[in-house]
Amino acid sequence: MLRFILTRVSLVIPTFIGITLLAFFLVRLVPGDPIETMAGERGIDPARHAQLVKEYGFDQPLLTQYGVYIQRVLQGDLGKSIVTRENVLDEFSQLFPATIELALCAILIALLFGLPAGIIAAVKRNSIFDHGVMGISLTGYSMPIFWWGLLLILLFSVQLGITPVSGRIAVQYFIEPITGFLTIDSLLVGDIDAFWSALSHLVLPAIVLGTVPLAVIARMTRSAMLEVLGEDYIRTARAKGMAPIRVVALHALRNALIPVVTVIGLQVGTLFTGAILTETIFSWPGVGKWLIEAISRRDYPVLQGGTLLLGMVVMSVNLLVDLMYGLINPRIRHAR
Amino acid sequence: MSAETLEVPAVAAPSGTPPHPAREFWNYFSANRGAVAGLVVIALVLLCALFAPLIAPHHPDLTNNAVFLKPPFWQEGGSLSYPLGTDAIGRDILSRLIFGARLSLVIGIAVVALAIVVGVVLGLIAGYFKGIADIAIMRFMDILMTMPSLLLAIVIVAILGPGLMNAMLAVAIVVLPHYVRITRAAVIAETSKDYVIAARVSGAQTVRLMFSEILPNCAAPLIVQATLGVSTAILDAAALGFLGLGAQPPTPEWGTMLADAREFVLRAWWVVTFPGLAILITVLAFNLLGDGLRDALDPKLKR
Repeated sequence: MLRFILTRVSLVIPTFIGITLLAFFLVRLVPGDPIETMAGERGIDPARHAQLVKEYGFDQPLLTQYGVYIQRVLQGDLGKSIVTRENVLDEFSQLFPATIELALCAILIALLFGLPAGIIAAVKRNSIFDHGVMGISLTGYSMPIFWWGLLLILLFSVQLGITPVSGRIAVQYFIEPITGFLTIDSLLVGDIDAFWSALSHLVLPAIVLGTVPLAVIARMTRSAMLEVLGEDYIRTARAKGMAPIRVVALHALRNALIPVVTVIGLQVGTLFTGAILTETIFSWPGVGKWLIEAISRRDYPVLQGGTLLLGMVVMSVNLLVDLMYGLINPRIRHAR
Repeated sequence: MSAETLEVPAVAAPSGTPPHPAREFWNYFSANRGAVAGLVVIALVLLCALFAPLIAPHHPDLTNNAVFLKPPFWQEGGSLSYPLGTDAIGRDILSRLIFGARLSLVIGIAVVALAIVVGVVLGLIAGYFKGIADIAIMRFMDILMTMPSLLLAIVIVAILGPGLMNAMLAVAIVVLPHYVRITRAAVIAETSKDYVIAARVSGAQTVRLMFSEILPNCAAPLIVQATLGVSTAILDAAALGFLGLGAQPPTPEWGTMLADAREFVLRAWWVVTFPGLAILITVLAFNLLGDGLRDALDPKLKR
């Protein structure tokens, strides 16, 4: 077991180096002088230019620059935003809870609907329900979610006036962050109105972000269930007269869930991709919107730091899923 | 994923001669109604793209300041000369969608073509030579796969600058790992087979062995991945267009059209609805086709 963990963890190192290289070269590959690029249209006087070249170490050899960069990264120094002059790491950690809250709710919605839909579709194979679920999930899988978000705004916010169009909570509420999740924080301080406000802001973005994972989970659950339902031990359980519901719930589901859990873990990258779009549509104050704004403002330190941090989050979650998978399934652990 | 959607195919007549492979393929494929529907839709989109100037009622960039935000013809105030209404500067939405089909198909096919060519070469090298080349290539692909796909595309566009060509290049890089992995896996499985050894013994050169012996036998999974890849490419390029990083206005690219339409979501539902619907239908069609191809080409599912 220890050997398995060590092997998996050591595989992370090249990936980590790769991500830092990507982030490092991001600023340097942009055509033109990096200082002028960062200064943008405001321009910069030659004396300040020379000073900044020295400060950022652009006069050093590339390898030295990379070494310095890695050193800074390991110390948690990701530079300062050009626009706000704030520390990139600080900005990220302030905005990240909003993204996590959104992503967790999205996954929750996806599981709540995707798992039962996939299970029932598999049990009632080739029924109308099965075809319906498969059709809907393929549609969800093909959905341009930025359009889906606009449609939901059109329906629920404009036509029906049920949900707000954008933001995280109505302006009159101020909740001191405790966990960083506004829905939980508002409950912790006992402000029910604020909770409803936060929840109503959260619903539409969470549905939008949950759509693709929902489709993937439903399809995956169905095919995993179908595979398990064809196994001999299921036939045995049925033959000895076990109630169908017990066969499905006790015997089949447990084994079918293993690949599903992996798929959910591997959806993290997809979730962040979706979060970038969802947050842009709903003006959700998370890291996705922050990164898109950084591009339009040419705020390269933010883009560089944000890319690195998001890449590392996905990398860590993937590692965690891998380790968990090895824990559940000994065959993986002892392979090779 | 939905390998099970395959309908039970019509059983071939129990005669002595097996059907021609193409015939057999078509039997399996045509039994899948979804896949056939996808094929029909793709054919229609292709026709729209090819004959866009003939079908479109107006020029896609022609503005008419008499008809800002005109609703579609079935709504009050709409007219049949602008069947799906007009956008904020009086351009015909239907015409823009028809011309947009050209862009989306070109994006989808060009991205996949680029990714396949590079991916197959890298995958062949990794799978055939193994060793250090394999490790270097696959580690690099792992890094690409670790990054959230859209974030990686955004970073690449940020480096290269926004625009349709750069967006296509970015998406091609993002989807590259899939093709490398599939090719490598297939190559490793094939290399140990007898026919490859026979070819090697009879003196075939390495390059010849790779491209004319092994590659054709790895084609099936690549074809499936390519079909599904077109839909990913169209979606991702549209997402970049929507974020202002892909095709630039006034290009009638569907994602870019949506970005333009965003601010009118409260006043004019049609400028938002139709471009997205076009993306959804096209992407769905390619996914249906890809699923159908997978079922028909995967020998494990044939009983």
